[in-house]
Amino acid sequence: MRIGIINYGAGNIASVKNALDKLGVNSIVSSNPIELNDVDKIIFPGVGHAKEAMANLQNSGLDRFIKTTQKPLLGICLGMQLLGSYSEEGGTNGLGVFDFEVKKFNINLKCPHMGWNRITNSKSPLFKGINDNAWLYFVHSYYVPISGNSIAAANYQVDFCIAVNSQNFWGVQFHPEKSGDDGLQILKNFIELC
Amino acid sequence: MLSKRIIPCLDVKNGRTVKGVNFNNLMDAGDPVQLAYEYYKQGADELVLLDITATLEGRETFINVVKDVAKAISIPFTVGGGISKPEQVEALLKAGADKVSINSAALQNPNLITTLANAFGSQCVVVAIDAINNQGNWEVVSHSGTKETIWDPFEWAKKAESLGAGEILLTSYSSDGTQMGYAIDLTAKISESLKIPVIASGGAGCKEHFLEVLTLGKADAALAAGVFHFGKLSIKEVKQYLNDNGIVIRL
Repeated sequence: MRIGIINYGAGNIASVKNALDKLGVNSIVSSNPIELNDVDKIIFPGVGHAKEAMANLQNSGLDRFIKTTQKPLLGICLGMQLLGSYSEEGGTNGLGVFDFEVKKFNINLKCPHMGWNRITNSKSPLFKGINDNAWLYFVHSYYVPISGNSIAAANYQVDFCIAVNSQNFWGVQFHPEKSGDDGLQILKNFIELC
Repeated sequence: MLSKRIIPCLDVKNGRTVKGVNFNNLMDAGDPVQLAYEYYKQGADELVLLDITATLEGRETFINVVKDVAKAISIPFTVGGGISKPEQVEALLKAGADKVSINSAALQNPNLITTLANAFGSQCVVVAIDAINNQGNWEVVSHSGTKETIWDPFEWAKKAESLGAGEILLTSYSSDGTQMGYAIDLTAKISESLKIPVIASGGAGCKEHFLEVLTLGKADAALAAGVFHFGKLSIKEVKQYLNDNGIVIRL
């Protein structure tokens, strides 16, 4: 099993790589679609601004690779948001793998939503061994509304989607690589079960 | 529901933790990597590592500490101390840090906040504000409290937010190290005026102080150093106490 971590200049790649190392999983960091075609599963991380991230993906041809890959792919944070059809952040189109539209939090709580939030999850294999009401770590100002593809949710004045799945595509809003032992378990589940 | 956060802070000099550290179960209490791991296991929500080295050699050592801490723990951590350039931030993030805190350099050049926010995202730009109470008036100080500035902390915090800061780390120099409690009024006034989270720092001495700053002080997170290092309180017992008193906290 070898994991490819997509590097497009918008992610805390080191954290994801470290987390996979802790799990004893072989991984490569690459921005080259040909190299990424040669791994078993793909992690698509991301922090930063949606519009700039989309531009980076388009310039490197990675947008096409992500949309068409048949391999299990896990988008993290901005990576998940970019899998949608549109984002209010910069008013940019996403990759369109899912048809959700990313919205800005319009709430009177602190923003960014930063820290550990309780979640409620479904029976998805991604959350095997994770307690309902587990705490996971989030940092974001935009969110994905709950839709038919949602497999877990959280509440921060509004209920919002924190994990999605359709076919080989998976996405999580929280940072599994920063969410302690539960986060590592979720990454392990993606690698072993998804 | 979002948890309040408890954040231990390690001061690192030449690759070693300074301030007294008193953990019986640690082989080497001066090793920041071992200490970071210990706090992670105790249930710390995040960590802060401050580089208080002045020399170039020390700075290179610090990068290695950051790399090793990133490998040891699976929670977010912020690094700070002497950061004034985007290249430094890039190196620290590459080493595995999640956020950087800037202080004196931002006071000298407030646009640094915007530069860093645009390059790396607001979520990783923490603006640290050191304030002292000068006969009833709060004033911002820089260079570890050795220099006066033109700012009052309320205006400076608003300015930092508008320039793109993702979080404020607010230290009361008047209570730092006293273990007499956080600066409650200062923290509440700043936290209420901002949309971004505020981490309170300076003065933690007992469990009640944490409760006070997270309720009356309206802080989103509480940072402490000495009270944890000396083993006076464990992170676990502080969090249990907060939970028992109705605070939303990750146990």
